[in-house]
Amino acid sequence: MSLREAASSQMEEIIARYPRSRSAIMPLLHLVQSIEGYVTPEGIELVAARLGLTTAEVSAVATFYTQYKRRPVGEYHVGVCTNTLCAVMGGDAIFSGLKDHLEIGNDESTDDGKVSLEHIECNAACDYAPVVMVNWEFFDNQTVESAKELVDSLRGGEPPAPSRGPKKLPTWKENSALLSGMNDGHANEGVQAGPASLAGLEIAIGQNSESSEQR
Amino acid sequence: MKLTPVLSATWNQSDSFTIDGYRRNGGYTAVKKALAMEPDAIIALIKDSGLRGRGGAGFPTGLKWSFIPQGDGKPHYLVVNADESEPGTCKDMPLLLANPHVLVEGIIIASYAIRCNRAFVYVRGEVAHAVRRLQQAVADAYAAGLLGKNLDGKGYDLDLVIHAGAGAYICGEETALLDSLEGFRGQPRLRPPFPAIAGLYACPTVINNVESIASVPSIINGGAEWFHSMGTEKSKGFTLYSLSGHVKRPGQYEAPLGITLRELLELSGGVREGHTLKFWTPGGSSTPLFTAEHLDVPLDYEGVAGAGSMLGTKALQIFDETTCIVRAVLRWSEFYKHESCGKCTPCREGTYWLVQIMRDLEDGKGRAEDLDKLLDLCDNILGRAFCALGDGATSPITSSIKYFRSEYIAHLEAGQCPFDPVASTLFAGVNA
Repeated sequence: MSLREAASSQMEEIIARYPRSRSAIMPLLHLVQSIEGYVTPEGIELVAARLGLTTAEVSAVATFYTQYKRRPVGEYHVGVCTNTLCAVMGGDAIFSGLKDHLEIGNDESTDDGKVSLEHIECNAACDYAPVVMVNWEFFDNQTVESAKELVDSLRGGEPPAPSRGPKKLPTWKENSALLSGMNDGHANEGVQAGPASLAGLEIAIGQNSESSEQR
Repeated sequence: MKLTPVLSATWNQSDSFTIDGYRRNGGYTAVKKALAMEPDAIIALIKDSGLRGRGGAGFPTGLKWSFIPQGDGKPHYLVVNADESEPGTCKDMPLLLANPHVLVEGIIIASYAIRCNRAFVYVRGEVAHAVRRLQQAVADAYAAGLLGKNLDGKGYDLDLVIHAGAGAYICGEETALLDSLEGFRGQPRLRPPFPAIAGLYACPTVINNVESIASVPSIINGGAEWFHSMGTEKSKGFTLYSLSGHVKRPGQYEAPLGITLRELLELSGGVREGHTLKFWTPGGSSTPLFTAEHLDVPLDYEGVAGAGSMLGTKALQIFDETTCIVRAVLRWSEFYKHESCGKCTPCREGTYWLVQIMRDLEDGKGRAEDLDKLLDLCDNILGRAFCALGDGATSPITSSIKYFRSEYIAHLEAGQCPFDPVASTLFAGVNA
């Protein structure tokens, strides 16, 4: 099936969300990645033709955002946060450990196409540092060893469940579909909050029970 | 000081993110009240409450809503900024994971108040499960008749669209976010016109942070006076403080505005065992660094500004004495360079050179005059860049040289970084 055939009904659904069709560029590019694995030249042409834009206009958008890939990535795309806080807490050691372990560099994939590696910026989980993302799902409080075990499981075809996410780790293409706005039905899986998210609430509950005892 | 969980009050319930869980805890009662009010009365109530933007700038939320011209015949839009990516900031994502419905309820109320029939949540694309929970919450709200046509039989229609970003810090800047949502590269716009006059599709638009909008249902139910019972004179209410780094218990702490880091550390068990506080950010990496001498600064908008920094996103990143300040600042500089959108010269070129010089300094290859050059570069970026990203890039550099100049010099003298990076890791001495 061609990309055009595979994408056509979803494209219309995406475009219908917006008052102006050009707003659909970003979800459409996520959709292209969900089918092709990355933003292919065919994908650029398809989006441009449907939205009445030039391929240059669509390429300009696709190349601005780091989540759009111009080369295939692995089935499991591993992002290691190396922004200051995660880097200091161990992200730098994890990233260099994974490069050695996988024998690949930044923005490269393993030969079997299973795993690609990227150092990422702050992913809004600093209270779980150091953080590793796989296909944009959280793997919290990692060590060099745990990260190596994680990528070994990914390559072995037995991906572990994320710390705060769905029961089964989605593939890169599956989560690209999610980002294009396709509800995958897994929202009710996984914890509502990790331990750090509850730190303040648990202390507050303790404060309240102390003050009611005093009364 | 006592913590005041409001937004986080139900996060320990395993189904807190579902519509049933939300309703069991009183969810969607505020929207019923609000839809029975005049829209202007809601704006007046939010103004009276004193709620200020929780995304960094602290602009009064009700005042922002009141800037939307009414009776202008144009569509109005509400855009929620869920592109949380300021380094250190990690409050909105746990909120979306644990309670997306409080945001949806706040969106309905805010949209009704500003007379908007289509609202958007621009959520960062790198947190898939938050996107998933939001999508489901919106689907469930439609199914329950809370979104869609003729809400509560009042003849009011509202559609809500979840829009996932694709990895660009700059899209947290509100006008860059609008360009991105319109389908362009995310680059900031010149103001004026302000978004309240010409925002999304050149129509009147309110852009609010997740936490700001999520605070609205509690204010509708609790009233302005209840909100005033927390916080300080000019910084009212409760807020989420995010504690991370070298502390015993990192996490989210919801407290009245004006709490101090000393109080938060006392409550949470303090800096990790056997170590001492060296430096910290009060509101993310774009806010000038603080040190142990700022432990008693009230963490409200005025208190932090008075001490020479900004409350920002209340992202308290704590670093102990094992952390090399030059390395920490270098990484932030690399971040700003990577995320600079390229639109304006001071930021695009300036952040490039900041990284070159910082890297040499960290490697011990710099020269003493590099510090003056850095400060001069910062002087030429601050206030001259197109948006706040450039300003933010200068904050860690100027503040770190102010407090830790001798440590920069120590790198020059040693010809290398004098710190052991292993000592600052979470797993120091375990399996590194």
